[in-house]
Amino acid sequence: MKVNMYLNKRVAIVGAGLTLFRRRLLETPQEIAWEASRKALDEAGLELKDIDCIVIGSAPDAFDGVHLKGEYLSHGSGGIGKPVSRVYVGGATGVMTAIAGWYHVASGMCQKVLAVAEEKMSPARPHPQSVFKYIWDPILEKPLNPNLIWIFAMEMHRYMAKYGIKKEEIALVSVKNKRNAMNNPYAQLGSNITVDDVLNSEVLVWPVQLLDVSPVSDGGAAIVLASEDVARRYTDTPVWVEGVGWTLDNTEWPARDLSYARYVEFAARMAYKMAGIERPNKEIDVVEPYDPFDYKELHHLEALQLAKRGEAPTLLKEGIFDIDGDIPSSPSGGLLGVGNPIAAAGLMKVASIYWQLKGTAGKMQVKKPVHTGVAQSWGDLMQAGTVIVLRN
Amino acid sequence: MVTPLKENELDKHVTISYKPNAKYSYTAGQAQSKYLLGFKEGKIYGRRCNKCGKIYVPPKMYCDECFRPTDEWVEVKDEGIVMTAVASFISWTRERLEEPEIVGVIRLLPSDERDFVYPGIFHRICTSYEEVKNMSIIGKRVKAVWKSKEERKSSIEDIQCFKVI
Repeated sequence: MKVNMYLNKRVAIVGAGLTLFRRRLLETPQEIAWEASRKALDEAGLELKDIDCIVIGSAPDAFDGVHLKGEYLSHGSGGIGKPVSRVYVGGATGVMTAIAGWYHVASGMCQKVLAVAEEKMSPARPHPQSVFKYIWDPILEKPLNPNLIWIFAMEMHRYMAKYGIKKEEIALVSVKNKRNAMNNPYAQLGSNITVDDVLNSEVLVWPVQLLDVSPVSDGGAAIVLASEDVARRYTDTPVWVEGVGWTLDNTEWPARDLSYARYVEFAARMAYKMAGIERPNKEIDVVEPYDPFDYKELHHLEALQLAKRGEAPTLLKEGIFDIDGDIPSSPSGGLLGVGNPIAAAGLMKVASIYWQLKGTAGKMQVKKPVHTGVAQSWGDLMQAGTVIVLRN
Repeated sequence: MVTPLKENELDKHVTISYKPNAKYSYTAGQAQSKYLLGFKEGKIYGRRCNKCGKIYVPPKMYCDECFRPTDEWVEVKDEGIVMTAVASFISWTRERLEEPEIVGVIRLLPSDERDFVYPGIFHRICTSYEEVKNMSIIGKRVKAVWKSKEERKSSIEDIQCFKVI
């Protein structure tokens, strides 16, 4: 099958590391990056001197309160004296960090790459929401004093209106993910909640309520990628990156139908083509779609071609996406359960799929045997989609 | 590792407040300038690409798909269909609001309901929380409520909100 890019080397993931995801970690962003990086190197059995290139992913600088985050984090990410690059595509940054690590290796330029993502959202006072004001168009949007949750509420309501989906059906995502997170030792918000808890929580921006949305969070994630030439020196169970895809849609979100995540579909089709996946819902064993809001997981499952448009809620109700279902979705607990330090949350999804395919996910391990997994993230003003396909 | 601080405990911590004295003079550019000047006359302008037929509102001097210049100015109606609407009970700093702010996206006419991409505007909608909650506002036809001619300043604020007609 022809793919719209030309690869030199196959790439494997050989190690991953996470920090706890918590609100107000005492560590600095650099210390968080260091901890995740050190754990990933330890799991890979590598030292920093073995690493050729570093990729850093971090979402808006304003969260950590420090601009030039690539430079700021480079110490903690092992970047001193090495080629370092930083990627940033809003919330889609986490998976993009893995993809950027991948293309460093796939091109043949580096043999071993450390890809690190970090976010510390909690320092902003009184609330990180105020920092989001500077992502809007200064002339056409900012005068209305938008809050970030506005756009997602608008998207959620459009999705509900277009397909006649009820809030009760969407709340099941939050219930499932927070329950899954109880198995995750890194998680911030694992708990047994009910649909009623979601529906009775504080209304933020109708239809978004407090338990529909992931928390403010700090955390770090890192993975080690290696070329096929050397991967087996470090592990008997490499997990291969079989496909990657990333797309930007236009920024005119008020001028495009918000009921469907076209940008994720484009990214998914690119990744599936590369991985030779023709029937995603039959061939994908486990998936980590990006879920900063509960409706967003459903939205993304549809764009990932794992459900028809408007039908993800029905499949969810049938248990298809449960941890013991046909296509377990967010077995890690997702952002709703684990927490949402934006870029780190996306890379956490890649690390989770890696551990699932390696069989070392512990209590998070899904019940059925798994061979193909997909992680996806999404960001910017509803325009960036990033998808990665892994196989063992 | 974990820091279970309460809000009042945070007061005991050193907080660094910093107000950057950063001021910006934004450029509206060719397309947006005409768009904003149109607001002063109570008109909404867009740009059409004659190759693909797409009408850009807010206008653009280039077609981002054909990657060529857009060809002509068109006037769209200040009326449209509500695609989505939400009621915000929090301010942009996440403080609690007593009365919700209602905003949404309007697909301006002429356009077709089958269009994935259409001339659109993000603005306030004059309606009740009840109508947002029961979703009856979505799909309704609305029209811009303009400020009086003297009050208009060539800003999106020249439109107070969109109201059902």
